[in-house]
Amino acid sequence: MRKITLHIATSPHVVKGASTETIMKNVIYALLPAAAFGVYAFGISALLVLLTTTISAVAIEHFLCKISKKESTVSDYSAAITGLLLGMCLPPDFPLWMAFMGSAISIGLGKFIFGGLGYNVFNPALVGRAFLQATFPVPITTWYQAFGPDRFYHISSSVLALPFMQPAVDGVSGATPLSAFKFDHVDTQTYDLAMGFINGSIGETGTVFLILGGIYLAWRKMLNWRIPVSIFITVFVFSGAAYLINNTAYPSPVFTLFSGGLMLGAIYMATDMVASPITSMGVWVYGAIIGILVVMIRLWGGLPEGVMYAILLANAISPHIDNLIRPRVYGTTNKLKLS
Amino acid sequence: MSVINQNKSEKGFLSSIADHPSTDEFIKGVWRENPVFVQVLGMCPSLAVSNSAKNALAMGLATAFVLLMSNILISLLRDFIPKQVRIASYILIIATFVTVIDYAMQAISIELHKSLGAFIALIVVNCIILSRAEAFASKNTVGKSILDALGMGIGFTFALLCIGGVREILGSGSFLGFEFMPDSFEKWVIMVLPAGGFFTLAFLLLIFNSFKIKNNRA
Repeated sequence: MRKITLHIATSPHVVKGASTETIMKNVIYALLPAAAFGVYAFGISALLVLLTTTISAVAIEHFLCKISKKESTVSDYSAAITGLLLGMCLPPDFPLWMAFMGSAISIGLGKFIFGGLGYNVFNPALVGRAFLQATFPVPITTWYQAFGPDRFYHISSSVLALPFMQPAVDGVSGATPLSAFKFDHVDTQTYDLAMGFINGSIGETGTVFLILGGIYLAWRKMLNWRIPVSIFITVFVFSGAAYLINNTAYPSPVFTLFSGGLMLGAIYMATDMVASPITSMGVWVYGAIIGILVVMIRLWGGLPEGVMYAILLANAISPHIDNLIRPRVYGTTNKLKLS
Repeated sequence: MSVINQNKSEKGFLSSIADHPSTDEFIKGVWRENPVFVQVLGMCPSLAVSNSAKNALAMGLATAFVLLMSNILISLLRDFIPKQVRIASYILIIATFVTVIDYAMQAISIELHKSLGAFIALIVVNCIILSRAEAFASKNTVGKSILDALGMGIGFTFALLCIGGVREILGSGSFLGFEFMPDSFEKWVIMVLPAGGFFTLAFLLLIFNSFKIKNNRA
């Protein structure tokens, strides 16, 4: 006799199979073209940095789960994304031992200490990046020239620096468009910026690929499109106003939009599902805060780039945004009360 | 404690010292009730002046001196100080000894005094000293108070030296001013910045607590 199994479930009966795993996998797919462009532009050293951060992030997550006797959460791909994102916001010739340390801080301090995925207050990759920026300020701001002729068969010696030792300086160091503008007042062609013919972090120069990946994720509804759009609008309006007031001291809004890690940060890091607000209105405010902070740090701060600190600060504010902006309870005029 | 007392008869001379109640008064401050790692008191100096082992050691010893002297005096005067004005009296006694150590440190090394800055004067409001005065010296005999102050003072110095040592080794590649790392050592700039103090303290607290949890389980 055939056995009939009867499934009893409450609505909704049509479920979409969007698990953490599928979303994270798709984020990786969206990131890969930009990462590949970074490897193409900066060569084998960049590939080594990306591999180191990704593999070590996964390994450290597994190790930490093991020693705290939890089930390993490696299979949800979130550690791999953290590692990949961290690698993409590092300079192409970054010493591997420092990159490894960044991964350890990202996973250990940015994520695991708070209780793992879903509990992290800040974007883990940016926690690691901020730690590296404060710890090794010189290596993390040393940029080598992109599209070097021997980039595919010459591994930069600074990448292979011994653990705890200073990286050797070799190759031609070049400025990023942002630092060139800030310190030497050299403007970069918008075409070069958009097409990635510039120096910079591994993953931030492939602007076109970053945007295409973002559109793909937004189309699959795996990314809250309001966050990047809100950031772009705020940055454009705010830096445009500054440019109108004084167009010699301040860069054009198009330059501000396409330079540095703004695309990478706005599309892939600010949209961290855990560290960003929940409501649509809150998300607009969150994006606007990031945009204003980015422009303020870039125009008036000591550092040429401020996307990282802007996102980290906005992550810190996002629970308060959720607290202040609450949705109306459906069918009533009352605001939602948090217990 | 009960476990220690049960095993008392089976052990020799050393363990009888170790189990003596007055030894316990001393040991508790160093380890079991360490002011920084267990009571989490005196965070201000332990974060602010622990950027090098030398500063940490000087700060720890200065605090230990003030703690010892004030504990002695408060314990001696414990029957004379009226309950209503006890905190004010304690602060007055502590401030006296802080002034002593302030001038003494200027005489010994003006350089060290400068690098510690306002934190010497701020020993007056160090919670460890006030808490030992209030919780221990005002209720116990002079002998016990001395042991308590020595234990807590050494415990505080030990904790500061741990934090300062880690920060100096990683942040400057040296220990107590002695540079032993190779020249090409990449210094961790964050460790001499205030953020490094928080990181180091949190990391050491993590280690201490994991020890404690393991001991409680066993």
